[in-house]
Amino acid sequence: MSNDVILTAKGLTKRFGGGGFMAKSPVMQAVSDISLEIRRGETFAIVGESGCGKSTLARLLMRLLDPTEGQVTFDGQDISHVTGADLTRLRRDMQFIFQDPFSSLNPRMTVGKLIGEPLEVHAPNLGARDRRQKVAELLQQVGLPAEHANRYPHEFSGGQRQRIGIARALASGPKLVIGDEPVSALDVSVQAQVINLLGDLSRDLGLTLVVIAHDLGVIRHMSDRVAVMYLGRIIEMGTAAEVFEQPRHPYTQALLASIPAPRSAEAPREQLSGEMPSPSAPPPGCAFHTRCPHATSACSAAIPTITKVGNSHSVACHRWQDIPVPEGQTAEPARSDQAESRFALYRAALAGGAVQHGPHE
Amino acid sequence: MLLFLTRRILIALPTIILISIFVFALQKLLPGDPLLVLAGEERDPAVLELLREKYRLNDPIVVQYFTWVSNALQGDLGISLRTNQPVTELMLQKLPVTLQLAAMSMIFALVIGVPAGILSAYKKGSLTDYIANVVALSGLSIPNFWLGIMLILLVSVKWQLLPASGYVPLSEDFLQSIRTMLMPSFVLGTALAATMMRHTRSAMLGVLSADYVRTARAKGLTERRVVLKHAFRNALTPIVTLTALLFGELVAGAVLTEQIFTIPGFGKMVVDAVFNRDYAVVQGIVLVTAVGFIFMNLVADALYFILNPRLRGQ
Repeated sequence: MSNDVILTAKGLTKRFGGGGFMAKSPVMQAVSDISLEIRRGETFAIVGESGCGKSTLARLLMRLLDPTEGQVTFDGQDISHVTGADLTRLRRDMQFIFQDPFSSLNPRMTVGKLIGEPLEVHAPNLGARDRRQKVAELLQQVGLPAEHANRYPHEFSGGQRQRIGIARALASGPKLVIGDEPVSALDVSVQAQVINLLGDLSRDLGLTLVVIAHDLGVIRHMSDRVAVMYLGRIIEMGTAAEVFEQPRHPYTQALLASIPAPRSAEAPREQLSGEMPSPSAPPPGCAFHTRCPHATSACSAAIPTITKVGNSHSVACHRWQDIPVPEGQTAEPARSDQAESRFALYRAALAGGAVQHGPHE
Repeated sequence: MLLFLTRRILIALPTIILISIFVFALQKLLPGDPLLVLAGEERDPAVLELLREKYRLNDPIVVQYFTWVSNALQGDLGISLRTNQPVTELMLQKLPVTLQLAAMSMIFALVIGVPAGILSAYKKGSLTDYIANVVALSGLSIPNFWLGIMLILLVSVKWQLLPASGYVPLSEDFLQSIRTMLMPSFVLGTALAATMMRHTRSAMLGVLSADYVRTARAKGLTERRVVLKHAFRNALTPIVTLTALLFGELVAGAVLTEQIFTIPGFGKMVVDAVFNRDYAVVQGIVLVTAVGFIFMNLVADALYFILNPRLRGQ
């Protein structure tokens, strides 16, 4: 294994249910046979609709859940079943940012206690004064005044709470931070701030970041590499540029087409119909064939394996060679003549030094 | 906090006034004239008149009420018709006995109920959980008097480990006092422990699945710390409420328990006073108990502040 890979998953599978004393509950396979490698220092994003298993995958990578099959390797060590002191050490090196900033902070503890607690566990030699000092530094690092350590979580806004959550995650000095929908509970304006903060921190501290999200705009902005999930499987993976500009899987293409963007009215959007099938009764073959516009009979026969289609780009589709890469995804959407003339006016005005407000059309 | 507590006390005041009116009215409405008991066999009208004058029963009822209240506020709850002792003095004799019984029962309830509740919530669905639930259910369904009598038979009569009845003041012989109180408080405490266990369990179940408990685990804390520090602290509010409310049940339970173990406490005093139509004593006891109950709930309110920082800012 090369040294620049920090986290590896091999054949990761998680099934829920099947237990029960008198009646067996239905088995649900949330994550199926996922393999991926996360490189040191990169920002890796996992995208998918809700219910596609991305949170379960995150929890498996975090070692908050036991995998049914497969293994996770962190820094060369198999962590799929670690416990005790090894798990404590893992928690120091790998930290998490949770989705809901309101419920994930204990309401009975001050912010200082919340951020300081990982230090108590992972740096027990640190005295109380040094710990307070460190908490103050962490707060400043995420853009909050150090005096806020004495306040309680309910005194903060959502964005501030998420900053507290980030400070808490950074407290133990982790190498890898996994964020499960770190901004989806925040207002759009605050989302940008938190994303930028995460970007700055990962650059400054040399962190590896794994971000789980359903918002493609967020992903495109912050990630180096992207994996797209559908019904528990990774169906496409590549650099952000590859996935966003040359999507090969019809599902990725549909996802990208669903982003609301300024575009001309003539180009109709390709829309997906139907719902994602239930993970307790997945369709045979390619799980996407029930909704795929390109599906053939072969698609319902066998599960497609993930195949390399480029240097770092891979896709799990039987027909990827036959499916055209959609146009217009690469370039900016074409503007209408009217809009173009208005932009020209705007540019001219800027060049002239002042924007002149013309009469409304 | 001061504002909140002041408001709570202001709410408590009308409650106390209502209780005092109710207690006073109940006495007047009850059939049977205590003077007939006092006046003896002959029921001489002159004696009755004299007694009426002495106890000011000829005054208008409103005047009687206010006389009673103003005396009560000065610590004078009247004189027992039976023993001619001041009621306050009688109660001060009996109160420590029942307080000791109540305190020890509460300790039993907390020491058994809370850990059992935490454990059965943490190991939900396991054998431990089932055993704890079965024990709790039996604790609730086994009547106090039966458990008391069985314990006396077994522990005192057969094994001769603990005294079967009676009371020794704490100040007189500390160890013997605890020993005599052990069985009665266990009997009284187990029933409360069952309620306590069920409530702790449900509070803990709610809290253990909270996001911040997951956060605590993610920090790499030990399970012990996650459960006791992060989860249990948040589950404490309902437990505090319950402890305050159980105080009422404790007083009611004490009546029966004191009868079984012949402990000369509050409960026994109430029963005797009711049978003797010793109105002043009954009034006094009901009033003091009610005020005590309200006081306990005020203490619980104050505790919420310490437990819940969200209340403090308001």
